[in-house]
Amino acid sequence: MTQSAKQFFDEMQGYGGNVRAIYQAYKHWLSDVPTQQLAAKRAEAEVLFRRVGITFNVYGEEDGAERLIPFDVIPRMISASEWAHLSKGAVQRVRALNMFLHDIYHDQEIIKAGIVPNNILSNAQYRPEMVGVNVPNQVYAHVAGIDLVRTSESQFYVLEDNLRTPSGVSYMLEDRKMMMRLFPDLFKKYPIAPVEHYPHVLLNNLRSVAQTGVNDPTVVLLSPGAYNSAYFEHAFLAQQMGIELVEGQDLFVRNNAVYMRTTQGPQRVDVIYRRIDDDFLDPLVFKPDSLLGVPGLLSVYRNGGVTLANAVGTGVADDKATYIYVPEMIKFYLGESPILQNVPTYQLSKEDDLAYVLDHLPELVVKEVQGSGGYGMLVGPTASKQEIEEFRLRIVSKPSNYIAQPTLALSTCPTLVDQGIAPRHVDLRPFVLSGKTVSVVPGGLSRVALKEGSLVVNSSQGGGTKDTWVLERDDVCAETLQPQMAAQQMNQEAVIC
Amino acid sequence: MLSRTADHLYWMARYIERTENVARVLDVTYNMSLLPSDSSNEEELWDTVLEIAGIRDIYDATYKELNATNVIKHLVMDSNNPSSIYSSLRSARENARAVRVAMTTETWENMNTLWLEFGQYIKQDLTKTGLSEFCEWVKSRSHLFRGVCFGTMLRDEAFSFVRLGTFMERADNTARLLDVKYEFLIPMQEANDGAVDYYEWSAVLRSVSAFQAYQKVYRDAIEPMKVSELLILREDMPRSLHACYAEIMPILRQVAGSRQTEAERLAGQMHAKLHYGRMLDIVRDGVHHFLDDFILANRRLGEEIQRNFLNATA
Repeated sequence: MTQSAKQFFDEMQGYGGNVRAIYQAYKHWLSDVPTQQLAAKRAEAEVLFRRVGITFNVYGEEDGAERLIPFDVIPRMISASEWAHLSKGAVQRVRALNMFLHDIYHDQEIIKAGIVPNNILSNAQYRPEMVGVNVPNQVYAHVAGIDLVRTSESQFYVLEDNLRTPSGVSYMLEDRKMMMRLFPDLFKKYPIAPVEHYPHVLLNNLRSVAQTGVNDPTVVLLSPGAYNSAYFEHAFLAQQMGIELVEGQDLFVRNNAVYMRTTQGPQRVDVIYRRIDDDFLDPLVFKPDSLLGVPGLLSVYRNGGVTLANAVGTGVADDKATYIYVPEMIKFYLGESPILQNVPTYQLSKEDDLAYVLDHLPELVVKEVQGSGGYGMLVGPTASKQEIEEFRLRIVSKPSNYIAQPTLALSTCPTLVDQGIAPRHVDLRPFVLSGKTVSVVPGGLSRVALKEGSLVVNSSQGGGTKDTWVLERDDVCAETLQPQMAAQQMNQEAVIC
Repeated sequence: MLSRTADHLYWMARYIERTENVARVLDVTYNMSLLPSDSSNEEELWDTVLEIAGIRDIYDATYKELNATNVIKHLVMDSNNPSSIYSSLRSARENARAVRVAMTTETWENMNTLWLEFGQYIKQDLTKTGLSEFCEWVKSRSHLFRGVCFGTMLRDEAFSFVRLGTFMERADNTARLLDVKYEFLIPMQEANDGAVDYYEWSAVLRSVSAFQAYQKVYRDAIEPMKVSELLILREDMPRSLHACYAEIMPILRQVAGSRQTEAERLAGQMHAKLHYGRMLDIVRDGVHHFLDDFILANRRLGEEIQRNFLNATA
């Protein structure tokens, strides 16, 4: 193994000693499969993905070509006990964040209590238009993507909360479908929790947040259109839920209600699962030149004529400046101690933190407070001297725009690359769904940084995806840890694990 | 269903049908040009292809010489020619991509594969590597498209608008083909003491897969009058104008529901004309005259469909 295997916790190998229990049967299987055969499976997957059209558009690329997000055929596994911990923590976090959003747009108790500073109200993501607006069930973030990373056997951190229009769930579903097609035998060996019901849960939740009095609500998915980078996902989810995929031009507002234009005339819309940012929703209120939105939508929304999921103004809760207060929110609103931990974070608006960060740039990760997609980001250990100096100037000119965190030793997972199978860094985004209840489908989007040593997993920065296997039980796996049992099982055709 | 969705489905089907018809005309013309012939010169032959596609002006602006290589290049790969197979397929696929939700997975995958496979032909010089094989491929892909729609789609509005697009485009294409060929061949026949050019007219029939049908129906030598009857009035001939309107009529009645639309009225009027019309009368008034009227009426119907269903405003 390379040196990195010693430094970083590996999902399969741990710190380079014994293969971790849940991976043992897989490793056994893998040792019998030639690398060329894996590569052939990957090539098969690529052909299939291209045929289905699971592609994304990359912003700023000249040819506007559709690209595939690289798919890795080696799964990332999570044991049943690990998942119990992670899912509980993610649900707890989202419950608190929804309560925070209700509070911040109503009584602002958390500010009065001195836990979150007053200046949060001047955050660009705070929407004064939402003050006093009541949303059904007090749910703001109907769909939340909680980004988790692992740094050791027992340590997971929340990297960020995505509460606006988190994407990636289509890869969770399509990667699973692909793996079942490519490796059906593995699904016999492993008790892998199914994820296919995600659209069903999502639709039920969306229907449950229609305004009271609506018996059979019409739900639609509002997309920016075919040229958006996540269009495939919009189309995919709309199809899975059996709802209309609409664009702004398909909707219009009349008499405090939203309608869609159909071949049979106007039809009332009750719930809009929107995959358009706040700024583009309504040209009368936000960006006036937006062609993606629906004029008058916000006024109907504020009057309770339609439900938007996610709600307007959730950005204030997933902003990197707000992130540091989430553990306190959990204590404040739920009276519980946080199950999942935040990454220690330096706020550059504080003088001491700023001084420390400027002294230690090569060791730190610096992020733009409102950045997303890995664009406004400095990864100290892999950046060149010049990049660091350029970023230093940007920080100094507006420190409050940035936060910094220690470079996390992100866990690695074996991944098929050109040189064979090698460890690559991964993260995990489970999707937490809120309606009448808060739940999370056992799985998520595992992103992998395909470049050797890279810690940036974003697809726009050369990241790929893996299927995420949440195991339904660990007990069958524990048996293989016993040497005599393992020896017995080696002789059997079907190794249970 | 969303008007925009209906619009995309309708145009997707129209573009696929257009692609097929361009390929059909190209294929038979190319085969004609291989025959040793002193009566028809090659330039005139390729000229009719441009006339059928209605792109004479665009062609002249791009190319100096009228020959097989240029016309094939223009009609297959030229992205500046809106009627080229390239442009039509791209439009079909873009329309499909915009509403992939509204169709079955099989339908979408079929469309997408079509576009990906087409990418392999783009690099080739088709006049050298086999235009016929390419045209066969287009035709079979179009057959597959209709079959996949027919075999997998719920019989809802989405299906109706796909079918509507197919038959609106087919009616236009058949009418244009017959009109141009008729105009081209009848004067030649007169100059030739009434001798019918067997190869020319059988090519017309072949380009709409009607050669065998002709022999079955008429059991007779090929005559322009009967060819026209087959392609205009015969309801059992799947690419005839009558057959197209026999499909269009009930679709429009169905999608209009309880509403009364101008589209349905226009379609009904034309259908009656084709259903009860006699070849004798059409010939007396002039086949060209009839087809000209038809092409205009069909275009007007297209505009009404657009207004009544596809660009529906609140």
